[in-house]
Amino acid sequence: MTNDFIIEVNHVFKQFEDGKYALNDVSLQVKKGEFVTILGPSGCGKTTLLRCIAGFQVASSGDILLKGEDVTAVPPYRRPVNTVFQKYALFPHLNVFDNVAFGLKMKKMEEETIVRKVKAALKMANLMGYEDREVDTLSGGQQQRVAIARAIVNEPEVLLLDEPLSALDLKMRHDMQIELKELHKQLGITFIYVTHDQEEALTLSDRVVVMSEGKIQQIGTPTDIYNEPQNCFVADFIGESNILSGRMIKDRKVMFLDREFDCIDEGFDKDEPVDVVIRPEDIYIWDKAQEKRGQIVGQEDDDVEDRVPKGKFTKWYGTVDTCIFKGVHYEMRVLTPDGYEFLIQDYHEYKPGTEIGMLVKPEDIQIMHKDHYIYNRFAGEVVKPGKVRFLDAEWDVTEEETTPFNAGDEVEVDVAFREVELMDYEEEGKLSGEVHFILYKGNHYHLTIRTDAGDDIYVYTNDVWDDGDRVGITIAPEHIHLRKPGLSEPNELLK
Amino acid sequence: MRKFTEIASARRTWAWPYVLFLVLFVVLPLLLIFYYAFTTPEGDFTIYNFIKFFHTSEAVNTLIYSMAIAFITTVICLLLGYPAAYIMAMAEFKTPQVMALLFILPMWINFLLRTIATVELFNMFGLPLGEGALLFGMCYDYLPFMIYPIYNTLQKMDRSLIEAAQDLGANKVSVFTKVVLPLSIPGIYSGIVMVFMPTVSTFAIAELLTHNKITLFGSLIQRSFGEGGIAMWNYGAALSLIMLIIIAATSFFDQENDRDAQKGGLL
Repeated sequence: MTNDFIIEVNHVFKQFEDGKYALNDVSLQVKKGEFVTILGPSGCGKTTLLRCIAGFQVASSGDILLKGEDVTAVPPYRRPVNTVFQKYALFPHLNVFDNVAFGLKMKKMEEETIVRKVKAALKMANLMGYEDREVDTLSGGQQQRVAIARAIVNEPEVLLLDEPLSALDLKMRHDMQIELKELHKQLGITFIYVTHDQEEALTLSDRVVVMSEGKIQQIGTPTDIYNEPQNCFVADFIGESNILSGRMIKDRKVMFLDREFDCIDEGFDKDEPVDVVIRPEDIYIWDKAQEKRGQIVGQEDDDVEDRVPKGKFTKWYGTVDTCIFKGVHYEMRVLTPDGYEFLIQDYHEYKPGTEIGMLVKPEDIQIMHKDHYIYNRFAGEVVKPGKVRFLDAEWDVTEEETTPFNAGDEVEVDVAFREVELMDYEEEGKLSGEVHFILYKGNHYHLTIRTDAGDDIYVYTNDVWDDGDRVGITIAPEHIHLRKPGLSEPNELLK
Repeated sequence: MRKFTEIASARRTWAWPYVLFLVLFVVLPLLLIFYYAFTTPEGDFTIYNFIKFFHTSEAVNTLIYSMAIAFITTVICLLLGYPAAYIMAMAEFKTPQVMALLFILPMWINFLLRTIATVELFNMFGLPLGEGALLFGMCYDYLPFMIYPIYNTLQKMDRSLIEAAQDLGANKVSVFTKVVLPLSIPGIYSGIVMVFMPTVSTFAIAELLTHNKITLFGSLIQRSFGEGGIAMWNYGAALSLIMLIIIAATSFFDQENDRDAQKGGLL
């Protein structure tokens, strides 16, 4: 059965010298002839994964199979894969022909065969007549074509492409995307494509692998990834989205914006806190002034009535804050009286200041398990009454928290996301760290702070921070709660 | 007032001290060499000085010998320097700069002092001074000049080219012969010129390391001016001119590779 897959990556870990994991238990199967894109922000491990498949880096543990054969320890020059490098990596001392012929010459092929194959590859890459040109006289797009020709001339089983279009301008990038797709069809070989450009990933691939922090977040077809993101990261990274905190009341009923909405999701715990994702184009809007007795009535020359679905939908209202024309649609920022912010895309323009009504169809409400509830949970140890040690630091707690424990007891430390305080100056905090990931949740920010020791602390805040900001972290003693390890979730959720 | 600032800020004005320097210390001496080379001590035009050189087999032999010594020194420096530069440039340890510094460090000390120290070293171990000592001293003095430009070229080389070669099926040997070596040629050229040019004209090293037993072309020129008295200046000037032509020829050989050198060579 394993023969169905041309590439199998099984539980691969890659740890760097500094102890950080570039790949953290990555598993991936690729079928023959598939176009798979590995997508993620820089530093997510996507290039490391590609380099492990190519053989330039060796996985710390786990194995990689090519055509069912374990190649984990096979050097790159003996693997049936070829790579198109990010900055092309063309040999500057060789002309176009010799660059493309390099791989064939290494295989000691006959001169005639080499000439024939190189010509065919150059033709495929639209580079006929460029054989004698020096590579540094070529434009970026042409160099990229040479790099592709140099790889495909070897007829590899798998073509690895490491952000091959990132150095090209937008127009050229679009042309090359079409050419690559065409090339994939013609050659019928497997393409593994690494990019940080979500649009590129969605256009080109049969399947998209979304990665973050060395882990695969989701694998699926472009439509799956876009319409059914499995977690906040994917929803936020792929396309624009409105992400809100909510609560599952029961199957097919979700509470957010202090309102109940019908949805199509089932199987969540009762009252489970969830993340709700609504794509900007899925929100229907209308001018509130045109509304009568709860029914939407448009003017005769307007098609509002046709546009907005009828039925018992939960509606909410807000005021247009900004409206920008985006070529085909308008992108509006809408503020609600209770302090939420929505991004909405619509073909109709609503001027800033207009009061509008909003609704969303149940099938367009995407509900996701929260990656974590609203508590940070750390492993800690009671030092003495009123003192507990976690995150490599000693913290003051209220005496009553430590009363049930003896010094030296292991405890679980809960700190609500809301109660973590961030300081502008790192010296002011007990710990220092860096803002690592930011999600806007309609009316507050959800930050991930990576401490200098490498731990993650989640923070809810109304303050605006930037990715990469250095911050000091403090937690007031009364907000540190201790529990015996292994007990279930805290029942009362802090607001 | 405005006029003064205009003059003071013009680039032309700032160039004057350099022009003066160049005229006084480069152009004028060169003209003097030309003048002396083509005149008799009495000041009449002649090409006798050159005829004398080509008819004195000792002088011609010294020139050939000097070039041979310079050539051998250059080859030895290349054979020792390339691997050193390669190891430093390819090393994965975090501070290859430290190693590079160690190689460059001797250059901070005046070469005369180093040569005298070499003489003492030979004496201490009871080794004879002579041709062997001369070659040793020359290689010791000029090795950094070979290592540095090669190291520079290798270091600037895009590492992904090596990966690209491996990806296309090249093993370690092929990666070196087909990619690394061809790409380091500009550095090799720079290294050769930087070692060959000073070694062909040196005289102090030869004097110290051979107790004046071996005469190099540089020594010949030095003696013409130093011991020969004013009567020999014309002959010495002619010899200098010949050496200048040889050095010019080697740098011309480097100019040919100027385009490549821009990709990473030192000169």
